Amino acid sequence: MEQIIENIKKQFTLSDVTTAHGTYITCEKKDTVSLLTYLKDVEGFKHLVLITAVDWIEDNKFQLTYLLNSPKLKTELGVRTFIERSVWPEESEMQSAHHLWPAAKTYQRELHEMFGIDFPGSPEINDPLILEWWDDIPPYRRDFDTKKYSEETYYPREGRSTNDPSDYMKDQLYPREGEKNA
Amino acid sequence: MAKMNYKKRWADLEKRIVVSPEGEEFEVDPMQDYFCDAKPRVHPPNKIAPLEKFANWCRAESIYILGFGTGCGAIEMRPLSSAMYDAYRFGVNWRATPRQATVFVIGGYASVKTMKRIVRSYEQMQGPKFVLGLCSCTINGGMYWDSYNTVNRLDHYIPVDVYITGCMPRPEALLDAIDQLKKRIKSGRAEGQNKYAENFEWYKANQKKIIKNWDMPDYSW
Repeated sequence: MEQIIENIKKQFTLSDVTTAHGTYITCEKKDTVSLLTYLKDVEGFKHLVLITAVDWIEDNKFQLTYLLNSPKLKTELGVRTFIERSVWPEESEMQSAHHLWPAAKTYQRELHEMFGIDFPGSPEINDPLILEWWDDIPPYRRDFDTKKYSEETYYPREGRSTNDPSDYMKDQLYPREGEKNA
Repeated sequence: MAKMNYKKRWADLEKRIVVSPEGEEFEVDPMQDYFCDAKPRVHPPNKIAPLEKFANWCRAESIYILGFGTGCGAIEMRPLSSAMYDAYRFGVNWRATPRQATVFVIGGYASVKTMKRIVRSYEQMQGPKFVLGLCSCTINGGMYWDSYNTVNRLDHYIPVDVYITGCMPRPEALLDAIDQLKKRIKSGRAEGQNKYAENFEWYKANQKKIIKNWDMPDYSW
Protein backbone atom coordinates (compact mmCIF):
# COMPACT_ATOMS: atom_id res chain seq x y z
CA MET A 1 0.00 0.00 0.00
CA GLU A 2 2.83 2.41 0.82
CA GLN A 3 4.31 1.74 -2.62
CA ILE A 4 0.97 2.59 -4.25
CA ILE A 5 0.73 5.89 -2.37
CA GLU A 6 4.31 6.70 -3.42
CA ASN A 7 3.32 6.05 -7.03
CA ILE A 8 0.25 8.29 -6.70
CA LYS A 9 2.28 11.10 -5.17
CA LYS A 10 4.52 11.18 -8.24
CA GLN A 11 1.57 12.23 -10.41
CA PHE A 12 -1.04 13.83 -8.14
CA THR A 13 -0.94 16.26 -5.24
CA LEU A 14 -2.44 14.66 -2.14
CA SER A 15 -3.37 17.02 0.66
CA ASP A 16 -3.87 14.30 3.27
CA VAL A 17 -3.12 10.57 3.79
CA THR A 18 -4.58 8.75 6.80
CA THR A 19 -4.04 5.11 7.72
CA ALA A 20 -5.83 5.06 11.08
CA HIS A 21 -8.92 3.04 10.09
CA GLY A 22 -8.13 1.90 6.57
CA THR A 23 -6.23 3.98 4.06
CA TYR A 24 -7.81 7.23 2.91
CA ILE A 25 -6.22 9.75 0.59
CA THR A 26 -7.52 13.26 -0.03
CA CYS A 27 -7.09 14.88 -3.42
CA GLU A 28 -8.26 17.99 -5.21
CA LYS A 29 -11.63 18.15 -6.91
CA LYS A 30 -10.27 18.55 -10.45
CA ASP A 31 -7.89 15.59 -10.04
CA THR A 32 -10.46 13.15 -8.65
CA VAL A 33 -11.70 11.43 -11.79
CA SER A 34 -8.23 11.14 -13.32
CA LEU A 35 -6.95 9.69 -10.03
CA LEU A 36 -9.81 7.17 -10.01
CA THR A 37 -8.97 6.25 -13.63
CA TYR A 38 -5.32 5.77 -12.70
CA LEU A 39 -6.19 3.60 -9.69
CA LYS A 40 -8.57 1.48 -11.76
CA ASP A 41 -6.41 0.98 -14.85
CA VAL A 42 -2.90 0.90 -13.43
CA GLU A 43 -3.05 -0.08 -9.75
CA GLY A 44 -5.84 -2.65 -10.11
CA PHE A 45 -8.56 -1.12 -7.90
CA LYS A 46 -11.22 -2.53 -10.18
CA HIS A 47 -14.19 -2.59 -7.81
CA LEU A 48 -16.14 0.47 -6.68
CA VAL A 49 -17.58 -0.33 -3.25
CA LEU A 50 -19.52 2.88 -2.71
CA ILE A 51 -19.69 6.63 -3.14
CA THR A 52 -20.85 8.59 -0.15
CA ALA A 53 -20.96 12.18 1.04
CA VAL A 54 -20.54 14.00 4.34
CA ASP A 55 -22.07 17.42 4.94
CA TRP A 56 -19.55 19.70 6.69
CA ILE A 57 -21.96 22.57 7.15
CA GLU A 58 -19.53 24.56 9.36
CA ASP A 59 -16.82 24.59 6.68
CA ASN A 60 -19.41 25.06 3.90
CA LYS A 61 -18.17 21.92 2.16
CA PHE A 62 -19.29 18.47 1.05
CA GLN A 63 -16.81 15.64 1.44
CA LEU A 64 -17.15 12.91 -1.18
CA THR A 65 -15.62 9.49 -0.53
CA TYR A 66 -15.04 6.91 -3.25
CA LEU A 67 -14.26 3.56 -1.64
CA LEU A 68 -12.33 1.27 -3.99
CA ASN A 69 -11.41 -2.38 -3.63
CA SER A 70 -8.61 -4.34 -5.27
CA PRO A 71 -9.46 -8.04 -5.67
CA LYS A 72 -5.83 -8.81 -6.50
CA LEU A 73 -4.25 -7.12 -3.47
CA LYS A 74 -7.30 -7.86 -1.27
CA THR A 75 -7.26 -4.33 0.09
CA GLU A 76 -9.40 -1.22 0.11
CA LEU A 77 -8.56 2.41 -0.56
CA GLY A 78 -10.71 5.45 0.04
CA VAL A 79 -10.40 8.54 -2.15
CA ARG A 80 -11.71 11.70 -0.52
CA THR A 81 -12.36 15.05 -2.07
CA PHE A 82 -13.96 18.28 -0.89
CA ILE A 83 -16.40 20.22 -3.03
CA GLU A 84 -18.17 23.53 -2.53
CA ARG A 85 -21.42 23.29 -0.57
CA SER A 86 -24.10 25.33 -2.30
CA VAL A 87 -27.13 26.86 -0.61
CA TRP A 88 -30.37 25.13 -1.63
CA PRO A 89 -32.03 25.46 -4.22
CA GLU A 90 -28.67 25.76 -5.97
CA GLU A 91 -26.94 22.42 -6.43
CA SER A 92 -23.29 21.56 -5.91
CA GLU A 93 -21.49 20.08 -8.89
CA MET A 94 -19.07 17.20 -9.28
CA GLN A 95 -17.68 15.30 -12.24
CA SER A 96 -19.42 12.02 -12.97
CA ALA A 97 -17.58 8.67 -12.72
CA HIS A 98 -20.20 6.52 -14.44
CA HIS A 99 -17.92 5.87 -17.41
CA LEU A 100 -15.52 4.01 -15.11
CA TRP A 101 -18.07 1.92 -13.21
CA PRO A 102 -21.71 1.70 -14.42
CA ALA A 103 -22.73 1.16 -10.78
CA ALA A 104 -21.63 4.72 -9.99
CA LYS A 105 -24.85 5.86 -11.68
CA THR A 106 -27.01 4.64 -8.79
CA TYR A 107 -24.82 6.21 -6.11
CA GLN A 108 -24.80 9.49 -7.98
CA ARG A 109 -28.59 9.45 -8.30
CA GLU A 110 -28.81 8.88 -4.56
CA LEU A 111 -26.38 11.73 -3.80
CA HIS A 112 -28.32 13.99 -6.13
CA GLU A 113 -31.57 13.21 -4.35
CA MET A 114 -30.36 13.14 -0.75
CA PHE A 115 -27.67 15.86 -0.78
CA GLY A 116 -28.46 17.93 -3.88
CA ILE A 117 -25.11 17.22 -5.54
CA ASP A 118 -25.43 17.28 -9.32
CA PHE A 119 -23.35 15.04 -11.60
CA PRO A 120 -23.78 16.48 -15.11
CA GLY A 121 -23.85 13.78 -17.79
CA SER A 122 -24.68 10.91 -15.44
CA PRO A 123 -27.55 8.84 -16.86
CA GLU A 124 -31.02 9.17 -15.28
CA ILE A 125 -29.64 11.66 -12.78
CA ASN A 126 -32.89 13.64 -12.62
CA ASP A 127 -35.22 10.65 -12.13
CA PRO A 128 -36.61 10.05 -8.65
CA LEU A 129 -34.94 7.11 -6.90
CA ILE A 130 -36.35 6.80 -3.36
CA LEU A 131 -38.16 10.09 -2.79
CA GLU A 132 -40.81 10.87 -5.37
CA TRP A 133 -41.44 14.54 -6.09
CA TRP A 134 -39.48 15.82 -3.11
CA ASP A 135 -39.90 19.62 -2.96
CA ASP A 136 -38.01 20.54 0.22
CA ILE A 137 -34.32 20.77 1.15
CA PRO A 138 -32.63 17.42 0.33
CA PRO A 139 -33.15 15.43 3.53
CA TYR A 140 -29.53 14.42 4.23
CA ARG A 141 -28.35 18.03 4.32
CA ARG A 142 -27.80 19.03 7.90
CA ASP A 143 -29.90 22.20 7.69
CA PHE A 144 -32.98 20.01 7.04
CA ASP A 145 -34.93 19.48 10.29
CA THR A 146 -36.31 15.97 9.92
CA LYS A 147 -38.23 15.96 13.22
CA LYS A 148 -40.00 19.22 12.41
CA TYR A 149 -40.85 18.01 8.91
CA SER A 150 -42.23 14.73 10.27
CA GLU A 151 -44.38 16.49 12.87
CA GLU A 152 -45.82 18.85 10.27
CA THR A 153 -46.50 16.16 7.69
CA TYR A 154 -47.25 12.78 9.23
CA TYR A 155 -49.77 13.30 12.08
CA PRO A 156 -47.74 12.19 15.14
CA ARG A 157 -49.71 10.11 17.64
CA GLU A 158 -49.91 11.65 21.08
CA GLY A 159 -48.54 9.87 24.13
CA ARG A 160 -44.94 9.28 23.11
CA SER A 161 -42.50 10.03 25.93
CA THR A 162 -38.76 10.35 25.64
CA ASN A 163 -35.92 9.93 28.14
CA ASP A 164 -32.42 11.27 28.13
CA PRO A 165 -30.47 8.09 27.21
CA SER A 166 -27.58 8.60 29.63
CA ASP A 167 -29.79 9.41 32.64
CA TYR A 168 -32.20 6.63 31.82
CA MET A 169 -29.51 3.96 31.52
CA LYS A 170 -27.84 5.20 34.72
CA ASP A 171 -31.09 4.76 36.61
CA GLN A 172 -31.64 1.36 35.05
CA LEU A 173 -28.13 0.03 35.72
CA TYR A 174 -27.31 1.76 39.02
CA PRO A 175 -30.60 2.51 40.75
CA ARG A 176 -29.02 3.04 44.21
CA GLU A 177 -26.69 5.80 43.02
CA GLY A 178 -29.67 7.54 41.51
CA GLU A 179 -31.37 7.54 44.92
CA LYS A 180 -28.28 9.04 46.56
CA ASN A 181 -28.07 11.86 44.06
CA ALA A 182 -31.77 12.63 44.47
CA MET B 1 -34.58 20.01 -9.99
CA ALA B 2 -35.85 18.89 -13.40
CA LYS B 3 -38.09 15.91 -12.91
CA MET B 4 -39.74 13.39 -15.18
CA ASN B 5 -43.47 13.70 -15.63
CA TYR B 6 -45.13 10.31 -15.34
CA LYS B 7 -48.55 11.86 -15.84
CA LYS B 8 -47.66 12.58 -19.44
CA ARG B 9 -47.62 8.86 -20.16
CA TRP B 10 -51.39 8.49 -19.61
CA ALA B 11 -52.23 11.79 -21.26
CA ASP B 12 -50.34 10.80 -24.40
CA LEU B 13 -52.77 7.97 -25.11
CA GLU B 14 -55.39 9.05 -27.62
CA LYS B 15 -59.09 8.38 -27.44
CA ARG B 16 -60.28 5.59 -29.71
CA ILE B 17 -63.57 4.79 -31.45
CA VAL B 18 -65.19 1.47 -30.57
CA VAL B 19 -68.09 -0.10 -32.50
CA SER B 20 -70.62 -1.96 -30.37
CA PRO B 21 -72.36 -5.21 -31.56
CA GLU B 22 -75.43 -3.10 -32.41
CA GLY B 23 -73.35 -0.99 -34.78
CA GLU B 24 -73.25 2.00 -32.46
CA GLU B 25 -70.02 3.98 -32.37
CA PHE B 26 -68.72 5.51 -29.15
CA GLU B 27 -65.53 7.07 -27.88
CA VAL B 28 -63.43 5.31 -25.21
CA ASP B 29 -61.10 7.21 -22.95
CA PRO B 30 -57.91 5.11 -22.60
CA MET B 31 -57.87 5.88 -18.87
CA GLN B 32 -61.03 3.79 -18.60
CA ASP B 33 -59.21 0.72 -19.91
CA TYR B 34 -57.01 0.65 -16.88
CA PHE B 35 -59.00 2.38 -14.15
CA CYS B 36 -62.58 2.71 -13.03
CA ASP B 37 -62.79 5.93 -11.11
CA ALA B 38 -66.25 5.54 -9.58
CA LYS B 39 -66.24 6.36 -5.88
CA PRO B 40 -66.61 3.54 -3.34
CA ARG B 41 -70.03 3.10 -1.78
CA VAL B 42 -71.19 1.88 1.60
CA HIS B 43 -72.41 -1.71 1.67
CA PRO B 44 -74.98 -2.03 4.50
CA PRO B 45 -75.26 -5.41 6.22
CA ASN B 46 -77.92 -7.86 5.13
CA LYS B 47 -81.30 -7.09 6.69
CA ILE B 48 -81.93 -10.75 7.44
CA ALA B 49 -79.76 -11.24 10.50
CA PRO B 50 -79.06 -15.00 10.25
CA LEU B 51 -77.93 -14.59 6.63
CA GLU B 52 -75.54 -11.78 7.60
CA LYS B 53 -74.22 -13.91 10.44
CA PHE B 54 -73.64 -16.80 8.06
CA ALA B 55 -71.91 -14.51 5.56
CA ASN B 56 -69.66 -13.16 8.31
CA TRP B 57 -68.79 -16.69 9.38
CA CYS B 58 -67.81 -17.49 5.80
CA ARG B 59 -65.67 -14.33 5.55
CA ALA B 60 -63.92 -15.11 8.83
CA GLU B 61 -63.08 -18.69 7.91
CA SER B 62 -61.57 -17.92 4.51
CA ILE B 63 -58.80 -15.39 5.07
CA TYR B 64 -56.82 -14.68 1.95
CA ILE B 65 -53.74 -12.60 2.70
CA LEU B 66 -52.23 -10.40 0.01
CA GLY B 67 -48.59 -11.38 -0.48
CA PHE B 68 -47.25 -7.84 -0.46
CA GLY B 69 -44.55 -7.31 2.12
CA THR B 70 -44.44 -3.58 2.61
CA GLY B 71 -41.75 -3.42 5.29
CA CYS B 72 -39.45 -5.46 7.51
CA GLY B 73 -42.45 -7.05 9.31
CA ALA B 74 -43.22 -9.07 6.21
CA ILE B 75 -40.46 -11.46 7.24
CA GLU B 76 -42.74 -12.66 10.06
CA MET B 77 -45.38 -13.78 7.56
CA ARG B 78 -43.16 -16.42 5.96
CA PRO B 79 -42.83 -18.72 8.98
CA LEU B 80 -46.63 -18.80 9.26
CA SER B 81 -46.88 -20.87 6.11
CA SER B 82 -44.17 -23.28 7.27
CA ALA B 83 -44.86 -26.54 9.09
CA MET B 84 -43.96 -25.07 12.49
CA TYR B 85 -46.81 -22.53 12.67
CA ASP B 86 -48.97 -23.86 9.84
CA ALA B 87 -51.46 -21.03 9.42
CA TYR B 88 -53.36 -23.01 6.80
CA ARG B 89 -55.14 -24.90 9.61
CA PHE B 90 -56.87 -21.59 10.53
CA GLY B 91 -58.11 -21.09 6.98
CA VAL B 92 -55.37 -18.61 6.09
CA ASN B 93 -54.05 -18.59 2.54
CA TRP B 94 -51.71 -16.35 0.63
CA ARG B 95 -52.63 -14.85 -2.70
CA ALA B 96 -50.48 -13.17 -5.29
CA THR B 97 -52.68 -10.31 -6.49
CA PRO B 98 -54.88 -7.73 -4.72
CA ARG B 99 -58.00 -8.84 -6.56
CA GLN B 100 -57.83 -12.32 -5.04
CA ALA B 101 -57.10 -11.22 -1.48
CA THR B 102 -59.29 -10.13 1.44
CA VAL B 103 -56.73 -9.29 4.16
CA PHE B 104 -53.90 -6.81 3.74
CA VAL B 105 -51.08 -7.18 6.27
CA ILE B 106 -49.08 -3.95 6.39
CA GLY B 107 -45.68 -5.27 7.44
CA GLY B 108 -44.14 -2.45 9.41
CA TYR B 109 -43.05 1.01 8.32
CA ALA B 110 -44.70 2.52 5.27
CA SER B 111 -42.57 4.98 3.37
CA VAL B 112 -44.28 7.51 1.13
CA LYS B 113 -43.22 5.63 -2.00
CA THR B 114 -44.71 2.41 -0.61
CA MET B 115 -47.79 4.25 0.63
CA LYS B 116 -48.75 5.02 -2.96
CA ARG B 117 -48.59 1.30 -3.80
CA ILE B 118 -50.45 0.41 -0.59
CA VAL B 119 -53.32 2.73 -1.50
CA ARG B 120 -53.51 1.31 -5.03
CA SER B 121 -53.43 -2.27 -3.75
CA TYR B 122 -55.98 -1.64 -1.02
CA GLU B 123 -58.41 -0.05 -3.44
CA GLN B 124 -58.02 -2.88 -5.94
CA MET B 125 -58.88 -5.50 -3.33
CA GLN B 126 -62.45 -6.75 -3.56
CA GLY B 127 -64.69 -6.20 -0.60
CA PRO B 128 -65.17 -7.18 2.13
CA LYS B 129 -61.56 -6.36 2.92
CA PHE B 130 -59.65 -6.06 6.17
CA VAL B 131 -56.30 -4.58 7.21
CA LEU B 132 -53.87 -5.82 9.87
CA GLY B 133 -51.28 -3.29 11.06
CA LEU B 134 -48.18 -5.27 11.97
CA CYS B 135 -45.42 -3.79 14.20
CA SER B 136 -45.18 -0.50 16.12
CA CYS B 137 -44.42 1.51 13.00
CA THR B 138 -48.02 1.28 11.79
CA ILE B 139 -49.31 2.55 15.15
CA ASN B 140 -47.16 5.60 15.88
CA GLY B 141 -44.16 5.40 13.57
CA GLY B 142 -42.13 3.16 15.85
CA MET B 143 -38.42 3.84 15.62
CA TYR B 144 -39.01 5.88 12.45
CA TRP B 145 -41.30 8.38 14.24
CA ASP B 146 -39.18 11.40 13.22
CA SER B 147 -38.21 10.17 9.76
CA TYR B 148 -38.68 12.43 6.75
CA ASN B 149 -40.18 9.68 4.59
CA THR B 150 -42.17 7.35 6.84
CA VAL B 151 -45.82 7.81 7.82
CA ASN B 152 -46.56 7.85 11.53
CA ARG B 153 -50.18 6.74 11.72
CA LEU B 154 -51.39 4.25 9.16
CA ASP B 155 -55.06 4.77 10.09
CA HIS B 156 -54.95 8.26 8.60
CA TYR B 157 -54.47 6.75 5.14
CA ILE B 158 -56.34 3.44 5.13
CA PRO B 159 -58.70 2.00 7.78
CA VAL B 160 -57.06 -0.56 10.08
CA ASP B 161 -58.97 -3.33 11.86
CA VAL B 162 -56.40 -4.90 14.18
CA TYR B 163 -53.01 -3.61 15.33
CA ILE B 164 -50.17 -5.87 16.46
CA THR B 165 -47.61 -4.28 18.77
CA GLY B 166 -43.96 -5.20 18.95
CA CYS B 167 -40.74 -4.61 17.08
CA MET B 168 -40.67 -7.29 15.78
CA PRO B 169 -43.75 -9.23 16.89
CA ARG B 170 -43.37 -13.00 16.88
CA PRO B 171 -45.30 -15.09 14.35
CA GLU B 172 -47.51 -16.22 17.25
CA ALA B 173 -48.61 -12.60 17.68
CA LEU B 174 -49.65 -12.52 14.05
CA LEU B 175 -51.62 -15.74 14.53
CA ASP B 176 -53.32 -14.18 17.56
CA ALA B 177 -54.16 -11.09 15.53
CA ILE B 178 -55.75 -13.25 12.85
CA ASP B 179 -57.79 -14.86 15.63
CA GLN B 180 -58.89 -11.44 16.89
CA LEU B 181 -59.75 -10.39 13.35
CA LYS B 182 -61.94 -13.48 12.99
CA LYS B 183 -63.79 -12.56 16.17
CA ARG B 184 -64.31 -9.02 14.90
CA ILE B 185 -65.60 -10.22 11.53
CA LYS B 186 -67.96 -12.73 13.14
CA SER B 187 -69.42 -10.07 15.43
CA GLY B 188 -69.89 -7.73 12.45
CA ARG B 189 -67.53 -5.01 13.71
CA ALA B 190 -64.89 -5.23 10.95
CA GLU B 191 -66.36 -2.44 8.84
CA GLY B 192 -63.14 -0.89 7.51
CA GLN B 193 -64.34 -0.89 3.93
CA ASN B 194 -67.50 1.05 4.82
CA LYS B 195 -65.48 3.42 7.00
CA TYR B 196 -63.27 4.12 4.00
CA ALA B 197 -66.28 4.84 1.81
CA GLU B 198 -67.95 7.09 4.43
CA ASN B 199 -64.80 9.17 5.12
CA PHE B 200 -63.54 8.97 1.55
CA GLU B 201 -62.77 12.71 1.23
CA TRP B 202 -60.80 12.77 4.48
CA TYR B 203 -58.69 9.75 3.53
CA LYS B 204 -58.03 11.15 0.06
CA ALA B 205 -56.97 14.53 1.46
CA ASN B 206 -54.49 12.82 3.80
CA GLN B 207 -53.12 10.62 1.03
CA LYS B 208 -52.73 13.50 -1.39
CA LYS B 209 -50.92 15.55 1.24
CA ILE B 210 -47.96 13.13 1.24
CA ILE B 211 -48.12 11.55 -2.24
CA LYS B 212 -47.00 14.45 -4.37
CA ASN B 213 -46.93 12.73 -7.77
CA TRP B 214 -50.59 11.78 -7.76
CA ASP B 215 -50.89 10.37 -11.28
CA MET B 216 -53.78 7.95 -10.72
CA PRO B 217 -57.55 8.31 -10.42
CA ASP B 218 -59.04 9.05 -7.02
CA TYR B 219 -60.38 5.53 -6.69
CA SER B 220 -59.50 2.52 -8.81
CA TRP B 221 -60.81 -1.01 -8.57
